[in-house]
Amino acid sequence: MVGYKFCERLAEKDIDNQFQITAFCEEPRPAYDRVQLSKYFSGTTADELLLAQIDWYAENGIELHIGDKAHKVDLASKTVYSEQGRKLSYDKLIFATGSAPFVPPVPGIEKDGVFVYRTIEDLDDTIAYGKKAKSCAIIGGGLLGLEAAKAAQDMGAETHVVEFAPRLMPRQLDEVGGEILKDIIESRGIKVHLNKATKNIAGDGKVEKMEFADTSSLDVDMIVVSAGIRPRDEVAKEAGLEIGERGGILVNDNLQTSDPDVYAIGECALYNKMIYGLVAPGYQMADVVAEQLVGRSASFTGADMSTKLKLIGTDVASFGDIEPKIPHKNITINDPVAGIYKNLFISENGEKLLGGILVGDADAYGTLLQMYQNDMKLPAEPIQLILPSGDGVVASGTNILDFPDTAQICSCENVTKGDICQVIDDGAQSISDIKSATKACTGCGGCTQLVTDLFKAKLKEAGIEVNNNVCEHFDMTRQDMYQTIRATGIQTYNEFLGRHGKGTEGCETCKPAVASILASTWNKPILEQPHILDTNDAFLANIQKDGTYSVIPRVPGGEITPDQIIVIGQVAKKYNLYSKITGGQRIDLLGAKLGDLPDIWRELIAAGFESGHAYAKSLRTIKSCVGSTWCRFGVQDSTSLAIKLELRYRGIRSPHKLKSAVSGCTRECAEAQSKDFGIIATEKGWNLYVCGNGGIKPRHADLLASDLDEATLIKYIDIFLMYYIKTADKLMRTSTWMDQLEGGLDHLKEVVINNSLGINEELEEQMAHLVNTYECEWQNTLADPEKLKRFNHFVNTDDDDETVVFAQQRTQIRPVDDSERAQSNAIKS
Amino acid sequence: MSNEWIPVGKTSDFTADLGGCVKVKDEQIAVYNVKEKTEWYAVQNLCPHDNRMVLSRGILGDCDGDGGFKVACPLHKHNFNIKTGEHISEGDVCDLKTYPVKIEDDTVYLQV
Repeated sequence: MVGYKFCERLAEKDIDNQFQITAFCEEPRPAYDRVQLSKYFSGTTADELLLAQIDWYAENGIELHIGDKAHKVDLASKTVYSEQGRKLSYDKLIFATGSAPFVPPVPGIEKDGVFVYRTIEDLDDTIAYGKKAKSCAIIGGGLLGLEAAKAAQDMGAETHVVEFAPRLMPRQLDEVGGEILKDIIESRGIKVHLNKATKNIAGDGKVEKMEFADTSSLDVDMIVVSAGIRPRDEVAKEAGLEIGERGGILVNDNLQTSDPDVYAIGECALYNKMIYGLVAPGYQMADVVAEQLVGRSASFTGADMSTKLKLIGTDVASFGDIEPKIPHKNITINDPVAGIYKNLFISENGEKLLGGILVGDADAYGTLLQMYQNDMKLPAEPIQLILPSGDGVVASGTNILDFPDTAQICSCENVTKGDICQVIDDGAQSISDIKSATKACTGCGGCTQLVTDLFKAKLKEAGIEVNNNVCEHFDMTRQDMYQTIRATGIQTYNEFLGRHGKGTEGCETCKPAVASILASTWNKPILEQPHILDTNDAFLANIQKDGTYSVIPRVPGGEITPDQIIVIGQVAKKYNLYSKITGGQRIDLLGAKLGDLPDIWRELIAAGFESGHAYAKSLRTIKSCVGSTWCRFGVQDSTSLAIKLELRYRGIRSPHKLKSAVSGCTRECAEAQSKDFGIIATEKGWNLYVCGNGGIKPRHADLLASDLDEATLIKYIDIFLMYYIKTADKLMRTSTWMDQLEGGLDHLKEVVINNSLGINEELEEQMAHLVNTYECEWQNTLADPEKLKRFNHFVNTDDDDETVVFAQQRTQIRPVDDSERAQSNAIKS
Repeated sequence: MSNEWIPVGKTSDFTADLGGCVKVKDEQIAVYNVKEKTEWYAVQNLCPHDNRMVLSRGILGDCDGDGGFKVACPLHKHNFNIKTGEHISEGDVCDLKTYPVKIEDDTVYLQV
């Protein structure tokens, strides 16, 4: 990772193209995100973890040799030799060889079933063996060990963490913090064993049991070793560079080794007796060397090991000195019931922050880190910094605008407060804009809260009100409205406006927003409240440019019989409509007069059709390919599933339209990956993809879960849809929703698959209600003379609207265009 | 415009808080009601943005919080004050012709 970052930074800074960069890479793939490695177990592919695609290197003038270890360096002749026989001379050489997992020399460690946790190959081996394993023990309860524990749990194994020290994460947490973390982890089903030194690994050629120094033992089928790292300094050592006593390539403040033309960065470097095993310091080192190479002076003076991460669904953060030798005070919140622990180390005069630990709730991390790094004076009541604050805004007692402009907000990308303020002053409209302009929040994501707080504070300062209220008639966001309607049972817009809104008549924003929420909640026929409906819902038909309407009956899964095709054709001819096949695999009839809509639908419904909801912000269609029934490649019956799902979810209204598809194999003929939820068949079942989008801003769907059986698939879709309906903003597509969802895909997986919010039963019940109360709204309307009254152009006559005029094109009708209209108007007058 | 009041329907022919289109001589007129059918307004049905006969089908809303009301055209959501006919969205669009409305004996009358 650090090697890649160096290439990226040098490529950026080397505007005169002074340097030709060649990179040798031992692993068979370009740099990937080791920090997110655990995602590999829950479906993220190796390709998706790459920090840059292989094209990026060539595009930036970097020659990359993967799967070719540089195994010898001759300092005198400045030559590098690689395993595959390459020989290259250099002006400058950078070692970014990282580290290898330390494997303690325990008897039996060489047996089958013992793995390390560093490379994709390690993970592939672990996954393969894990298929037969029922239980897995992780040796090492530090950062990496706990990541590996989550991965083991995701594999379905009974998971144990075995730690030598008396507490988990001994370097980042204190005793109480470690205790609280242990409780949280055990509550998630992972067993924790502390004070355990592994003495022997027993088994007949393979792992069967771990035996500890205190004579206890643990039966396990496999072991993942995550007990520390050892720097990869073997090539440097053989070349004659100075190595530290316990390993690591010695470097000075410029990160030069004992040879001034050779640098070392990242985990392989030993600076001031420290090996920096975190990404942020490594990236800093990469930047320092790149700066020097382009002729500027830069030095590395150490980095703090502050870190904030999410372990097994829990936030943990640690910064500064958590064992201060100088006299100090502590401000502590210890809540074992809520699983929250915050401990600040403060100077004795109460003015400076020395360090801190946060477990369970690390929202204050950003602010605290800034205060610590910038040596800022603490507020009069420092406890305010860690008391819970309602909306995640910067802890009271501090004002992010007080931070100096030089304060480094994003350490991965070296973005200061001043940089961000500049971008906002230049017109950034959103966090996305700030991300694109500065790259802040794109590394580890730890600074996201702080960047958001700064953005909001700046807007407020400029007098721009930042709220997410639906419109001026309600002091509520869409989520507030949704919650209130469900909680109060309110059924009508008029009552809702009267009791919770302002003004008399509302507007064209809040009326449809509330109509949608009412429909998603109670599922009553929407024409009962015609005055609040959006343009198309108002007449259950899509209005066209000339005031006529389109008619689209539902064709579930795109499957239609010859007789049905004939009926649609006959209706189109009888009412002189224009017909066209839609992208959603059904048929569109256009040019219908408002007054003819009821008659048209009466005929369609008599023939067995029902509303296609093409006019609604709701489920539209679930496309399909012919699948295993007919196709020589299909592995599952995609058509039947698409029909089943479309009949299940038809009529469900949502913040925006929902489109879906089911493909019968990986060739993906139904284009499921561009859908709000898409399903692709595998040999074992179904893969579920979510939050894709065609349209103005295309987005590929993300893989939520794989190889699901039908029942689980439906359960996950139920929960996903109701969660989206519950939490999205008005008119927000699932793609936008995913992009702004805090925690992103990981969070969504936790919610849907692991029920991390504990609401899934409720969501499933809400979906069941919608499914059970479904009624075709055209059928409902045709039985109700009151609703039919509005389906006439005029109130006081049955005359047609004579301004609707058609011309001919390719044997069908079309609305007259502007010049034809002008002509006919001229003739009239 | 003559001083004649022309009946265009019963108040019950119109849906609450919505518009209805009436034909009077050669004109298409959008008739709106609000506040439980106690206030009525009438404007041309033709939306001048793209010259389409659709304004009667728009959503109604409060206008400027000063007791006024507006309609949003169903096609492109251009907003018009239904009392004064004024176009109040962005863009260079003409104002609407308005018509006096009165209710007598549950009947809607327009002056056209």
